[in-house]
Amino acid sequence: MILPLRTSPLPAASKLEVHGLDVTLAGNGHSIAVLRNVDLAVAAGELICVLGPSGCGKTTLLQVLGGFLAPTRGAVLIDGEPVTRPDPRRIFVFQERGLFPWLTAAENIGFGLEKLPRGERQARVAHYVELVGLVGFERAFPHELSGGMKQRVEVARALAMNPDVLFLDEPFGALDSITRLTLRRELLRIWEAERKTIVFVTHDIEESIQLADRIVVMSQRPATVRRVVEVDIPHPRDLSSRRYLELRDGIGAEIGLAHRV
Amino acid sequence: MSVRRRLEALAWPASSFAAVLAAWQLAVTASRSTTFPAPLAVARGFAELAARGVLVPYTADSLMRVLGGFLLALSAGVPVGLVMGWYPPAARALEPVVQILRPISPLAWIPVSIVLFGIGNGATVFLIFLAALFPIVVATSNGVRGVPELYLSAGRNFGLSPLALFRRVLLPAILPQVLVGLRIALGISWLVVVAAEMIAIDSGLGYLVIDARNAGKRYDLVIAAILLIGGIGLVLDLLARRVERLPRVRWGFPRSDGG
Repeated sequence: MILPLRTSPLPAASKLEVHGLDVTLAGNGHSIAVLRNVDLAVAAGELICVLGPSGCGKTTLLQVLGGFLAPTRGAVLIDGEPVTRPDPRRIFVFQERGLFPWLTAAENIGFGLEKLPRGERQARVAHYVELVGLVGFERAFPHELSGGMKQRVEVARALAMNPDVLFLDEPFGALDSITRLTLRRELLRIWEAERKTIVFVTHDIEESIQLADRIVVMSQRPATVRRVVEVDIPHPRDLSSRRYLELRDGIGAEIGLAHRV
Repeated sequence: MSVRRRLEALAWPASSFAAVLAAWQLAVTASRSTTFPAPLAVARGFAELAARGVLVPYTADSLMRVLGGFLLALSAGVPVGLVMGWYPPAARALEPVVQILRPISPLAWIPVSIVLFGIGNGATVFLIFLAALFPIVVATSNGVRGVPELYLSAGRNFGLSPLALFRRVLLPAILPQVLVGLRIALGISWLVVVAAEMIAIDSGLGYLVIDARNAGKRYDLVIAAILLIGGIGLVLDLLARRVERLPRVRWGFPRSDGG
């Protein structure tokens, strides 16, 4: 069978580059090779999905990209500079658990804006509250919000910093399938409005095809890049188009999934 | 809440209160006790104490001692707990000391406190300080150790300096647990002040209990003072619980209402 996948060439000008990345983590007395020789390049304004089976090291990769974890070997460059620590120009969006429960939705969104003058801060918070559709919930605390709403607050909090890169770690994984679909559509709408570079980690093949310009398919641990697949369907994407189904089945075969349940 | 639901909510404690009073009266009558006072005698004793003008100053004395010892324990216990929670070597060094001192009843320190401070406020405040210190230290250090790594990572990602991370992430994250420690410490302080006042000083509600017994075996006054101590303890606990419902900390008490 010929895979109907088109392997993407590396983008010409890269916002983010990963060169020969190895990560070995210390476990109970022995070390585990999590990532091996990962190379990656992401263009500015691109939405890229990192797809792989659970536990393959996708999150570890994202932590290295975000500067939370130092690689064992290799380097991550953003705008040509090596990443050594977290930086407010690049915001990491956790599953909805990363919100501060002692702050209201609006205060969470304005968390990183302390240094701005009050008026400007309020205007920015109001803008992002509206962008993510949370008008009327500004003063609610996270425990008073649904999972989907909390996720919107997280995304708004990240966007309010006006970062150039967003790292999203399975942001919709804990949500029900309807909310997940809605939030994907909203993420695309926001991305089209703001054109951030987005690295989105997921284990969901369909999610990656719905969102990404390119999909980085990872192998089992120690994870390496199996293939980078270009998603050549224009937005808005038709989930029952032939090309969509071809990509879905092709990527499924690539990571060794059967076609039947 | 509607008026009817409010009344219903009051009906249960009121009826159990009435049942206790009735059982008390019945027990005194049935046993024909001459030393143990009936409810009405206690009520008269209460009125007598109020007329003598000792209730307000004694209550104020006891509360001031609790407040003094409690605030000292707070200002020492929170920093020690923070250091123990944040730096594992500090925890390893201090943990044995805390674990040896913690199970000692504060009352065992009464002779020591009298040697150190003499009979007077100093001795009682010191005892309350000791009683309140360990719950605060333990709650604070456990709180720090339990802060999800995620909050700290998010804080660092937003470019916070270490000091800002402490002030804007760590402190609010541990606040609910510290408040639990404070409430426990306050409860123990109120237990200890009564005992301390029986021995180490001659004013306050504990002194009132022991004095009423010593000066003429006035058990009506003893029971009146005991009930007052219980009532004030209840009020202190209700106030502390009210703090736990404030919006900034309510997330940490998921089983209370509104959580």
